[in-house]
Amino acid sequence: MEVPKDLRYTIEHEWIRINGNKGVIGITQFAQDQLGDVVFVELPKPDSQVSKESTFGVVESVKTVSDLYAPVSGKVTAANPDLESQPELVNSDSYGKGWMIEIELSDPKEIDSLLSPEQYIEQCEKEQ
Amino acid sequence: MSQEPSTALKTTPLFETHKKLGAKLAPFAGWHMPIQYAGVIQEHLCVRNGVGIFDVSHMGEIDIRGKESKKLLQKLITNDIEKMSDHSILYTVMCYENGGIVDDLLVHRYSEDHYFLCVNAGNSEKDFQWVQKIAAPYNVEVRDISSEIAQLAIQGKDAEPLLQKLCDAPLSDVEYYHFKKVKIHHNDCLISRTGYTGEDGFEIYLSFNQAESLFQMILDAGKSFDIQPIGLAARDTLRLEMGYALYGNDITSDTSPLEAGLGWVVKLDKEDFVGRERLKNQKETGLTRKLAGIKLLDRGVPRPHYPVYSEDEVVGELTSGTFSPSLNVGIGLCYLSTERATVGSRVSVGIRNQKVPAEIVKPPFVPTGVKK
Repeated sequence: MEVPKDLRYTIEHEWIRINGNKGVIGITQFAQDQLGDVVFVELPKPDSQVSKESTFGVVESVKTVSDLYAPVSGKVTAANPDLESQPELVNSDSYGKGWMIEIELSDPKEIDSLLSPEQYIEQCEKEQ
Repeated sequence: MSQEPSTALKTTPLFETHKKLGAKLAPFAGWHMPIQYAGVIQEHLCVRNGVGIFDVSHMGEIDIRGKESKKLLQKLITNDIEKMSDHSILYTVMCYENGGIVDDLLVHRYSEDHYFLCVNAGNSEKDFQWVQKIAAPYNVEVRDISSEIAQLAIQGKDAEPLLQKLCDAPLSDVEYYHFKKVKIHHNDCLISRTGYTGEDGFEIYLSFNQAESLFQMILDAGKSFDIQPIGLAARDTLRLEMGYALYGNDITSDTSPLEAGLGWVVKLDKEDFVGRERLKNQKETGLTRKLAGIKLLDRGVPRPHYPVYSEDEVVGELTSGTFSPSLNVGIGLCYLSTERATVGSRVSVGIRNQKVPAEIVKPPFVPTGVKK
């Protein structure tokens, strides 16, 4: 199971890659594996607001539907346009081309409450 | 998700094999079953385009023997047993007196005084009790042999050439909905040309303790056909593309076979059977609702219990729904009033806070590949 060291995680299996005052958000490899084949992703429109721990979208696999939770609060600056025609990118490249949204952080301190890679690995082991 | 079996769950003889093959296992109808291996879409397309193997040992089997077996079955089921020849198979339902469905099942006829029924896993105990109850006045022996019998399904256009490699007797003469007793690599098997996928293929019944080695043998022999093990998730998408009803979802004790589009297995002109009066009455007065096929016209995944709208009015809810890997769209089944269930009419499916436009279609959603 791949858990990149440069990301932070939520217990609901989202990751965030911080770059200055912005963050790119997606779901983890563990999450996409649990979901199975992703066939549809519903994302918020740019300029909408997301708040920490609230749902910002939905990911649908053949088997199940799952809410997406924002790791931190902020304004959506981009939503991955490729996921509309290629939702399977979430399965094949969950930390790369399968990213979901980019946000401008409204409270960077919120990052401190997220899981470190080590804590996230522990969390996954508990669920396995 | 734990991969260890709960003590309350039954396991098939292939439980360890499934784990080795990397299956995701989950509780299903009281059994610990493989839901998927490589991925639902890949497994689904493997069956549609080539061949796949399923462990369906959770299915229930009931053996019926005795001089009055035929008489009992005629009373028990809605279809007409009279038309069966030896080694033929009949799809049917058995109903309660009120016309609701006890279960849908396959009847296999060895001879006039020996049959065996293949019933749904989740219903097998209920079915056994029901059959025993109806059988009480008849001179028959009814046995639940579910725990002795394993079942493998080999489905797809390559199923026959693959199995022929392992089987001495010719399989080309096993017609659709017929079975044969054969030896597959020294294992005594009953092989039937049936399935639940809409593809040509076979279902093999054999003793529990032989299933693991035969499963492995078929996987090995199937390498040249790119065979894959297929989980229950793909079994569900395959069956729904065919519009086959699923007990507990599309057919229940509250639905009649006529409403479910299974009127073709209800023979009102045969001798009396349980539920006949009610079904006859329903046919005479006309149906008020029927099970319709629904195809989304926009993106989204319909799922069981999602509401179906006609403009702003809720007119039903999905009994089954999924993403169709063959069509790349959402499909489902829903009971609608007979007027609304007209092919071509428009409805919409409530998916979260959106109404996704959809069209009424006549199942199957994709053409069948069975050998009729």
